[in-house]
Amino acid sequence: MLRRVPWVVWLFLLVPLAAEVFWVFWPALNSFSLSFTRWNGIGAAEPVGFGNYVDLWNDPVFRTALRNNVIWVIGFGGLSVLGGLILAVLLNRPGRGIGIYRSAIYLPMVFSLAVTGLFWRVMYSPAGLVNTTLGALGLESWERQWLADPDVALYAVLIAAVWRQVGYIMVLYLAGLKGVDPALEEAAAMDGANRRQRFFSIVMPQLKGVNAVVFAVTVIDSLRTFDIVWAMTRGGPYNSTQLLSTYMFEQGFTLVNLGYGSAIAVVIFALAIVFIISYLVRSIRQED
Amino acid sequence: MSATNPTLGATGATPPGRKRHHRRVIGSRSPWFHVFMIPFTLAWITPMVFVLVVAFRSFDDIVARGLSALPTSLSWEGFATALSAGGIAGALRNSVIVTVCAVIISLFLASMAAYALSRYRIPFRNAILLVMLAGNLLPPQILLIPVAKIAEGLGIYDTLLALVVVQVGFGLGFYTFVLHGFMRSLPDEVFEAARIDGAGPIRIYAQIVLPLCRPSLAALTALATTWIFNDLIWAMTVLRTETNFPITAALLNLQGGFVSQWNVVAAGSIMAAVPTAIVFFIFQKQFVSGLMVGASK
Repeated sequence: MLRRVPWVVWLFLLVPLAAEVFWVFWPALNSFSLSFTRWNGIGAAEPVGFGNYVDLWNDPVFRTALRNNVIWVIGFGGLSVLGGLILAVLLNRPGRGIGIYRSAIYLPMVFSLAVTGLFWRVMYSPAGLVNTTLGALGLESWERQWLADPDVALYAVLIAAVWRQVGYIMVLYLAGLKGVDPALEEAAAMDGANRRQRFFSIVMPQLKGVNAVVFAVTVIDSLRTFDIVWAMTRGGPYNSTQLLSTYMFEQGFTLVNLGYGSAIAVVIFALAIVFIISYLVRSIRQED
Repeated sequence: MSATNPTLGATGATPPGRKRHHRRVIGSRSPWFHVFMIPFTLAWITPMVFVLVVAFRSFDDIVARGLSALPTSLSWEGFATALSAGGIAGALRNSVIVTVCAVIISLFLASMAAYALSRYRIPFRNAILLVMLAGNLLPPQILLIPVAKIAEGLGIYDTLLALVVVQVGFGLGFYTFVLHGFMRSLPDEVFEAARIDGAGPIRIYAQIVLPLCRPSLAALTALATTWIFNDLIWAMTVLRTETNFPITAALLNLQGGFVSQWNVVAAGSIMAAVPTAIVFFIFQKQFVSGLMVGASK
């Protein structure tokens, strides 16, 4: 490492840094100050103090969005982590057909969430494959308008999102499993530990690092989730699939309540920051 | 831990002899493995196959025989309608322009920042690096409204340029972080030798650092390409005119414009999915190793 820093190297650092400050940190700060105003984008913003936050607290749609986000973190996070972990364990060791299985499960992850949403819109359409399959299995009573029924729409979207996420979680766990020392598992096997004992007492503790990453990533992703809901339901029917991010977009861009939209964005930030910090702390430790 | 190990492609494979031994002790796969995995994998790819089948059917056929019927003939009608009337052709062009520009500029800027931070004793360099990474982890929602306003203020709102600069600004932190991890692991001797030969910082960057970083640049290119190509929310934030939309936003319009013409919607989504699927299949190795370091998305 060089002690003396030539001016051109300073330029190497400052140009990218300035770009990020201008397009990320400066807007983020602006959102905070906007959240204390009422503004429709024309004329001057009217300061309202904590008014927007008080309104949020009494806004039934905001509460629905918050509740849906909790369901989303648990459902989307839980199912994709469980699915990804099980598949990673099953497909960890090389063998016949493993490459094909892995590729098939990765593949949805490269599609955009918008594409995934449309794929599943076709699946869920009234005469789509989901209803047809249920009918063929003699479960006609289960058939429904998946995305138009407020009772099930959120879960229908959630399944589509999990389908795309599982491959990604599987990649992370496959990487983690490569770091697991096989000698320990062998020793436990010699001592007569069965598969399940070996997994929970030998393998899982060694996956602690990956678990932490997966956990932080999943929560941050859940709070950001926007595209797939927007592509499938736009938060409807009757706000039943509204998440914080979609409600923020609706308020900020469709209804142009810039102050109110910013307040929702600040709430999303406040919920995410703990997990962002925990992720950063891990990253520093890895750097050192 | 290998999940976020910045040295890309570190696989930590066990020597073959040991693996054989290890298998014998742990036991091989149960014969039921494939009995479970084959139907599971088929079910997993069903949505893709179904949409592909729908895309190749004609509208009349879908109306007459139902959406879930097996096709009796092949039709390009859905693709033709989506490309022309649905504006997918123009949208694909926009997406390619934005993706190519944003990927090149981001990786170029990120590699410069990473070089400065990893090879020079810049004060507070670790703090700067972390702040940059933190910027990429922020929920985009906190940036959307001000970013739209700033773009308006600069007079670039509703242009592809706005989308490119926003993508660059938002992605930089992550790319810098990954490249920094990689550059730090490069041996000092290479740099000393170059310096003794009289190479300045720019020449070292261009002729030594960039070529040595090829593997991690390849991984980041694969990742960034899919991320930027697949983006929807930034496009909806800085673009308003339909002819400027990238493929994701155009697809949602298509869905609104051809509500029950499932063959058109399916064909449009297939065309939006194919480019990233190609990138994935060509760069599968780089993509996966990139994801292992890229645990932030």
